[in-house]
Amino acid sequence: MSCEPVSPEALRPESVLKNGSGDGASAAGSLVAVGMSGGVDSSTVAALLQEAGNRVVGLTMQLWDQRRLTGEDSSAPMKVEGRCCSGNDIHDARRVAEHLKVPYYVLNFQSRFEEKVVRPFVENYLAGRTPIPCTLCNNHVKFDDLLTTARQVGADSLATGHYAQVEFDQASNRYLLRRAVDTSKDQSYFLFGLTQAQLSRTLFPLGSLTKQQVREIAGRFRLPVAQKPESQEICFVPQGDYSRFLDTYQQEQGSEEQAGAGEIVSDDGTVLGTHDGIHRYTLGQRKRLGIATGSPLYVLSIDPASKQVKVGKDSDLYSRTCAVHDLNWIAQEGPPAKFRATVKIRHQHTPAPATIHADGERVRVEFDSAQRAITPGQAAVFYDGDIVIGGGWMDRSAG
Amino acid sequence: MRLYVDNNATTPVADQVLGAMLPYLREGYGNPASIHQFGQQARAAVEQARAQVAALLNCKPEEIVFTSGGTESDNLAILGVVRAGSGRKRHVITSAIEHHAVLHTCRALERQGVTVSYIPVDATGLVDPDQVRRALRPETSLITIMHANNETGAIEPITEIAEIAREAGVRMHTDAVQSTGKILVHPQEMGVDLLSLSAHKFSGPKGAGALYVREALALEPMIYGGHNEGEPRPGTENVAGIVGLGAAASLALEEMDSGRVRIRELRDSLEESILSRFEDVGVNGPALRGPESDALRMPNTSNLYFDRVEGESLVIALDLGGVACSTGSACSSGTVEPSHVLMALGHARERAKSSIRFSLGRTHRREDNQFLLEQLTSVVRRLRALSPQTSVAETRS
Repeated sequence: MSCEPVSPEALRPESVLKNGSGDGASAAGSLVAVGMSGGVDSSTVAALLQEAGNRVVGLTMQLWDQRRLTGEDSSAPMKVEGRCCSGNDIHDARRVAEHLKVPYYVLNFQSRFEEKVVRPFVENYLAGRTPIPCTLCNNHVKFDDLLTTARQVGADSLATGHYAQVEFDQASNRYLLRRAVDTSKDQSYFLFGLTQAQLSRTLFPLGSLTKQQVREIAGRFRLPVAQKPESQEICFVPQGDYSRFLDTYQQEQGSEEQAGAGEIVSDDGTVLGTHDGIHRYTLGQRKRLGIATGSPLYVLSIDPASKQVKVGKDSDLYSRTCAVHDLNWIAQEGPPAKFRATVKIRHQHTPAPATIHADGERVRVEFDSAQRAITPGQAAVFYDGDIVIGGGWMDRSAG
Repeated sequence: MRLYVDNNATTPVADQVLGAMLPYLREGYGNPASIHQFGQQARAAVEQARAQVAALLNCKPEEIVFTSGGTESDNLAILGVVRAGSGRKRHVITSAIEHHAVLHTCRALERQGVTVSYIPVDATGLVDPDQVRRALRPETSLITIMHANNETGAIEPITEIAEIAREAGVRMHTDAVQSTGKILVHPQEMGVDLLSLSAHKFSGPKGAGALYVREALALEPMIYGGHNEGEPRPGTENVAGIVGLGAAASLALEEMDSGRVRIRELRDSLEESILSRFEDVGVNGPALRGPESDALRMPNTSNLYFDRVEGESLVIALDLGGVACSTGSACSSGTVEPSHVLMALGHARERAKSSIRFSLGRTHRREDNQFLLEQLTSVVRRLRALSPQTSVAETRS
């Protein structure tokens, strides 16, 4: 390896890099699969794992044909730009794999991605909820199908560029999920759905590093994507315009169920205006309501049956309780009757202290102080410090 | 150890082919169109290669048009015939299992207002000539049906179909990219007007191919240039590539009789071992083995399905274990779609996605079969143990 040893030992999170059990993987090496997205994070993971003596195989999931909803026939003449089905990301991942000289394969996961992520995403919006496709993808594609493929091709585990930490806890005999050291990049919120079986075969080598350090390491390895800008968009929604995506997807499916037009009403039911689809709205939204009033108005609730969007004052967005269903528990087998935690209700939310009450298949969360815009379709994730206890999906009725 | 059993995708260049080409990448750099002796030497090399290809096809040298490969040959044949025809001749007949070089050319014609009939195949991947006959229309200008299928190795009844074309006064093209150089391919005896071939499928270099064009047949060129107006394929010749094609043709002719039988016996032995060693496996396409399979299936091809095995994972796992094979036709993006060929055989999506193709090359040895079987055994066992159909409960709990 020609790169200079400029990196301090601190930049090598040895514990996560040594894959395999106990006596340690020798240079002959166990095989680790790296889910490569073509970005700087997963590329750095591949480089670090290889440097630590593992045999590495790069896998990229091809999830969505970017030309699909743009009306382009896949056999028709292509524009030179974006001719690859998933933009330039597969091209970048391939370049990184070539640079590192690791075997690399593209997997066609388009149909399962549509079934497990895109369709639920669309159905959620049509039902007046605000979904998180990345979590669905993590639970049902990345750490399910991709992990299975990784094991099928002979790898013991799957590593990704997520900012989070996994560790085995002897005391509880469970795999724990922790927040990343770089709290500004922490992605543990999106990973609450991982089972013990999934976590036991998952490596997050970047969880102990800052983004700044990752860029430095990528530079040290001279990765061709070291300077590549961050992508913020939902990968299958062009230009982040999800309402247009929904419209064209429903059209393509020939679906009867359009997220049709409806009324915008005030708290007391007074009709203030109309809208052309509930999927254009999310709780707490203030922009693009198209109503001129003296005081600012916010979306308070969305009723998929009547297609009504209820608006009101910011102070009416606050609520102290919510019900959470389809739970997954990581740090414990299941919930005690009642426990304390900090609860995060959206990616950008600062976890708020709350008491959680077990309630059959669900739990009820009582926040110490009211929280703004508890949004149906988003996840509630329970933390004990930086440990993810578990989480689930929030309901419409706060109970 | 690394074993290459993906020879329907491409083949290694034979030593004698490389040896023949090298002088034309060095001192023999003349342009065949030039008057001087550099040019004359290059022209002589091109003409010798033309004679070598003609010898392989048992046709006249002037019936050989050099191209950049199979895709260009297919395009030139199909577009060349349709565009040279009258405005009323706007119908083409092809099959559902053609290579994309033919299928996508037909789709392009459809966008330009030409009607295309896609003839289905039976469960072994064979076209029924009667169905071709029934698809004929007064405005049909061309029938294009492949000689041997790249995925299953099925050999289509081209002679019978060509007979139908001749009776109807319709041009007949066959994509013989997979068969040329491996089995006897004689366009005149088959009765076809046009035939595509590619050097890199039979130990020649990539970027060199040819189109057989029956004497006196008019083709509209796809690109224009060159000295003689109306040349079907103008442009300075790829001299080294053409020389390589010629050398590969000579080598193929020389090895045809012995090589064909040797490869078929190795393929049969491999296939029999796999079928007896594993449960729930089977052959896609014509399943015959032995000498009686010669007329129906390419001697080097074995397309197999393994129940409860993801073909994509199988190919990757075998590659990591040193065995290079394929799930079907290679795709430019390197990803895998369920094969349109296996789907056309009427197989379920699941079976199409559980299939892989071994295609043996001229240097394949008996011990290579042994290595392949060892790798396959450990990989298939692992894949079946981890199959989503058997491990759903384990992963989700």
